[in-house]
Amino acid sequence: MLDFLADVGDTLLSTLRDVTPIVVILVVFQVIVLRRRLPNIRGIATGSVMVLLGLALFLIGLEQALFPVGETMAQQLTEKAGAGAGALAGAVRWQDYWVVYLFAAAIGFATTVAEPALIAVALKAKEVSGGAVSAWGLRLAVAVGVAVGVALGCFRIVTGTPLPWYIVAAYVVVIVLTYRSSRTIIPLAYDSGGVTTSTVTVPVVAALGLGLAANVPGRSPLIDGFGLIAFASVFPIISVLGYAVVADRLERWRRRSEHQEEKP
Amino acid sequence: MQHTREEQGLPRFALAMAKQTLGALRDLAPIFAVIVVFQVAVLQQPFPDLGNVLVGLVCVVLGLALFIQGLESGLFPLGEALAQGMARKGSAVALLALAFCLGFGTTVAEPALIAIAAEGAKVAADAQFIGDSQAAQDRYALEVRLVVAVAVGVAIVLGVLRILKGWPIHLFIISGYVVVMGMTLFAPEEIVGVAYDSGGVTTSTITVPLITALGVGLASTIRGRNPMLDGFGLIAFASLTPMIGVLGYGMVV
Repeated sequence: MLDFLADVGDTLLSTLRDVTPIVVILVVFQVIVLRRRLPNIRGIATGSVMVLLGLALFLIGLEQALFPVGETMAQQLTEKAGAGAGALAGAVRWQDYWVVYLFAAAIGFATTVAEPALIAVALKAKEVSGGAVSAWGLRLAVAVGVAVGVALGCFRIVTGTPLPWYIVAAYVVVIVLTYRSSRTIIPLAYDSGGVTTSTVTVPVVAALGLGLAANVPGRSPLIDGFGLIAFASVFPIISVLGYAVVADRLERWRRRSEHQEEKP
Repeated sequence: MQHTREEQGLPRFALAMAKQTLGALRDLAPIFAVIVVFQVAVLQQPFPDLGNVLVGLVCVVLGLALFIQGLESGLFPLGEALAQGMARKGSAVALLALAFCLGFGTTVAEPALIAIAAEGAKVAADAQFIGDSQAAQDRYALEVRLVVAVAVGVAIVLGVLRILKGWPIHLFIISGYVVVMGMTLFAPEEIVGVAYDSGGVTTSTITVPLITALGVGLASTIRGRNPMLDGFGLIAFASLTPMIGVLGYGMVV
């Protein structure tokens, strides 16, 4: 209990350290540069306290419940898959690790849906687009991107292929899709790459990468352990752009078929 | 007066919180499902420490609900009011100064960045890239942090400038990609991992909503700008420039 309270105190303090510089900058510019008092100061003050408390509580809960479970599971799964592979005289066959890819995709998807920063951006996108971009649609598209990215990243660790090949190929796909999709979705899609790698996703995914690199014969955690974050930031851009292109095509196709029905 | 306002405010607040809590439960349901399914069906093991896990889950749900509610009632309006005030004031210099301060200030103390810079210093020392002493490692870690913070500051300045001018975003991002690819070829191998990861860690849970509110607020105040087309994109800049900054730092040192 005492440990728990000390944890709460520590987390509150570090969150406070995180929030303070931001609030100071905002207030300084509002009061000194704009020479205007803050509008609705009570709402802003209570809102800031709620953000502070909420984030601290969220982080404490993650550390109590999710991170230990997620990390042990990543360890055990990679060990189990590794043991099965070891029976085949040391040769690494990527097919032996299918449980790991499945887990990587599932946990990448699930942590992204829970990411607070992504929720915030999705709310804003819905508001700004007047409902044309659905908050859930955006979050699901991003989550699918992270799922594919993390699973592919695990495949890369198992096979030991160089990271830049994948990232450069993904960049090329992003560039091609950019020129195929409608202009309005592009900035949002680019943003969704950065938002996904935040509080919930990074620790769990990093543990998965390190566990995998430590358990696959011939891989070193120092060299092969990183890179999953890079995968998780590029693939959502592809999935959001791709989703927009497909939705656009479907809409056009639907309109054309309606048009043809009217003709005769 | 004060009293009646409180009385009206409290039930409304309770209702909003209840709604947010339900939303948080729905947002977190997939994680719970994945963990239970893999723990029980694949690993076939009972949960370790079930009591702690349950307490933690309650904290996570309540925390997420409070955070989102606080964002909507506090940080979003503050960011937007400031962006609109700055846009009306019409001083580009003050606006760009705000942009740099926000980018630099929110990044330099970021715990995830501190952790990754220290980790990167260890890798660099192992590879004989810098001296083995603690002092050399500390200096290297601090310099990486400063480089990343300056890079994020520059990113927000560039992004705000883009909103002011209405330049198309994809030209910036694509040329950024090309620069990253080119620099990867020439930068020392030990720094590439840290560089790639530093792009991801700079965009924290508090910074993202605030910077998004700033961009959208600016784009909806300035005439001729579309918030959807011009308001988003600041985060994309903030995750690209740190990679360039750290790769460049690795080539210079």
